[in-house]
Amino acid sequence: QSSPSSPEPASLPAEDISTSSNGPKPAEIILDDDREDLFAEATEEVSLDSPERDPILSSDPSPAITPVTPTTLVTPRMESKSVTAPVIFDRSREEIEEEANGDLFDIEINVSDPEKVGDGMNAYMAYRVTTKTSLSMFHQNEFSVKRRFSDFLGLHSKLATKYLHVGYIVPPAPEKSIVGMTKVKVGKEDSSSTEFVEKRRAALERYLQRTVKHPILLQDPDLRQFLESSEVFKIFFFNPAARAGILRMVNKAADAVNKMTIKMNESDAWFEEKQQQFENLDQQLRKLHASVEALVCHRKELSANTAAFAKSAAMLGNSEDHTALSRALSQLAEVEEKIDQLHQEQAFADFYVFSELLGDYIRLIAAVKGVLDHRMKCWQKWQDAQVTLQKKREAEAKLQLANKPDKLQQAKDEIKEWETKVQQGERDFEQISKTIRKEVSRFEKERVKDFKTVIIKYLESLVQTQQQLIKYWEAFLPEAKAIA
Amino acid sequence: RRRMEEPLEMPPGEESKPCSFSGELPADPSLQVEISDAVSERDKVKFTVQTKSSLPHFTRPALSVVRQHEDFVWLHDTFSENDEYAGIIIPPAPPRPDFEASREKLQRLGEGNSTLTREEFAKIKQELEGEYLAIFKKTVAMHEVFLQRLAAHPILRRDHNFHVFLEYNQDLSVRGKNRKELLGGFFRNIVKSADEALITGVSGLKEVDEFFEHERTFLLEYHTRVRDTCLKADRVMRSHKSLAEDYIPIAVALGSLGTQEVQQLQMSFLKLAELFERLRKLEGRVASDEDLKLSDLLKYYMRDSQAAKDLLYRRLRALADYENANKALDKARMKNKEVKSAETHQQLCCQRFERLSTSAKQAWAELTDFKSRRISAFRKNLVELAELELKHAKASSLLLRNTLIVLKGDV
Repeated sequence: QSSPSSPEPASLPAEDISTSSNGPKPAEIILDDDREDLFAEATEEVSLDSPERDPILSSDPSPAITPVTPTTLVTPRMESKSVTAPVIFDRSREEIEEEANGDLFDIEINVSDPEKVGDGMNAYMAYRVTTKTSLSMFHQNEFSVKRRFSDFLGLHSKLATKYLHVGYIVPPAPEKSIVGMTKVKVGKEDSSSTEFVEKRRAALERYLQRTVKHPILLQDPDLRQFLESSEVFKIFFFNPAARAGILRMVNKAADAVNKMTIKMNESDAWFEEKQQQFENLDQQLRKLHASVEALVCHRKELSANTAAFAKSAAMLGNSEDHTALSRALSQLAEVEEKIDQLHQEQAFADFYVFSELLGDYIRLIAAVKGVLDHRMKCWQKWQDAQVTLQKKREAEAKLQLANKPDKLQQAKDEIKEWETKVQQGERDFEQISKTIRKEVSRFEKERVKDFKTVIIKYLESLVQTQQQLIKYWEAFLPEAKAIA
Repeated sequence: RRRMEEPLEMPPGEESKPCSFSGELPADPSLQVEISDAVSERDKVKFTVQTKSSLPHFTRPALSVVRQHEDFVWLHDTFSENDEYAGIIIPPAPPRPDFEASREKLQRLGEGNSTLTREEFAKIKQELEGEYLAIFKKTVAMHEVFLQRLAAHPILRRDHNFHVFLEYNQDLSVRGKNRKELLGGFFRNIVKSADEALITGVSGLKEVDEFFEHERTFLLEYHTRVRDTCLKADRVMRSHKSLAEDYIPIAVALGSLGTQEVQQLQMSFLKLAELFERLRKLEGRVASDEDLKLSDLLKYYMRDSQAAKDLLYRRLRALADYENANKALDKARMKNKEVKSAETHQQLCCQRFERLSTSAKQAWAELTDFKSRRISAFRKNLVELAELELKHAKASSLLLRNTLIVLKGDV
């Protein structure tokens, strides 16, 4: 039941927010990790078009988080940033891995209670995100916050910006749906909009559950703030343009790579193999997904037709003047009504257990492919640096001969600069390769577990349906036999 | 495409079973009729009708002729247009063999697009061919039960046209009547609404006998309801079929995943593929059993209740004609115009009406018989339906549980 509360504005309040109003909690988080305003730069300065410009990431240790007002966020900051991987990785990778074997999985996320806020086209759905955990990084064992869909998208944007380009497989957020959401906004309280909201709620839940299962992402302060901060989620101001840019970066890495026609000397057969494997898997899953969607559709049709038949059989029973036959027909109508219920429940399982899993993995594999493509870009960057270094060396040699001492010094400086860049490029490439190997291995382990669990769950739903059918028909049989 | 156009014959040795909808037909050795063979050609079906009889009406104890659907319709119409049989429920004519939809599907598959794998194609083809065969078997059964009901009826079995139908080994050349038949059908539909007005009591005419009056009100409603239920049952059956068909691409996709996947998931997917393949067959059987035991049952009683309605209509028609003839005669006498023709007409109507009154007993028996046939047919088919649904559900459940055991052990 959606109760329209006083509509919260879709955009953030333009009030001045001072540090203190954030409360002590965010500050405490800051003391542990110092990456708070990575976001601020990231949203503004993500390059939207040129593949050459790297995703901007500030690694400068920043002071306590400065809550920003919308106006500040919108004006782009012009400072140039150097690009390195976030410090967090260097710092405690081993610590993180250790924790990964510990009580890492003792965290449970639920998304519930969708509530419509506001009216008309400015309305939105707020979801309750409840976390239950014994992990020490959180302040409480059980807590919940209210978030809207764009907050989830904002979270994903931040995580994608930070982690994708260094090789981490960041779970993709559920997809937007203009049609679905419009119906909800416009206030259609029919079954299709309830279904849409439920579908979205379940997808958001799965999204968060996958994200927290990732040992690195779980450490991310933005994620923690998303789960914990009871404030209206102002930090995650959702800038659609920036989001679009990030998505383009995330999803179209492959295109950029193709445009550059990277002929990568793949010294590592493992990566080539994986590329192929995920390509095949993607194709197969899409086929299967399409077929399962057809199944869901037809099962819903069957349910509707069964219900119509039940009603008709009941009327036939009423008009039948032979008493025993009349009763049997009424019983048949009742059985069919119950069977209709079964079909509906089964269609529900078909969709939420089987179909949605396949959909999720199709999107996840896209993220894997994206990460593999980032590695190619990284390699390309390294190669480009080597080419430039070579050019600089040749230039210096020429200057040596020409005997221009002042220009010579500049040339030597440039050589030093590019030598560093080449080294960095090699390091980055090795790092991302190493990370991806680990990530893919982790991902595959998860995937195997996930599929096996889901398959069993789905089969159990099918068994349940058949067992019920047996019950119903066993009850009906004596009625049919009683017709004299 | 070629294959579809080949004549489809009854599988050798398989006799069509007596249709269970008409209730138990007495096994009467004095006249046994069956359709022993049938051939489906491009646009027609040829039925081989075999008769074994000890009755004197036939020249030989064993007869065999080839008939087409139109011949059956002709035979039915001679009965329903015969005043002698006005008090009898004429067994409904069998429906026209309709392979159109099935043929279209097979055709579409043949021309089809290449999105199907070879495996999928083979399976779908198998399904469609099975469907075609099922329709074929059904049409044979419907034609057969029509003849068998005639043979079982004490009065109708003696009909001359019936004997001609069974024995005359030339073409009955009723096909020339096709056009007339079509027109006749057209007129029949126009007349039908007038019939409906009579029988629904809109005209104000009521049956003289309480029993028939009760039957009239009952049959009116019953026929409407059973027609609706039949329609809805058909849709359920078709949905089950769609479901079974959906399992085909799923099983195929699971199979290819099984061969390509990482080692830890291979077994799961292969087992799932196997499972869905078998579930498809089970689901298909659920669909066809619903078709045979429920849809067909309801269809049959839709037609049979229409035949019963026709009987009551004929009674009311005769009554109406008689009353109108009386009025016309009175009018003619008053005006002293065309009295003779009015008298003749009135005589005719009177005779017809009297005949109906004397055959009232027959009609009463017919309608009572209709009821008992209906009860026993429903009982038999509903019991069989429940038993079959149980059988399939148990098989599915067992299959699923076994698969689960294997998969859980693999974790």
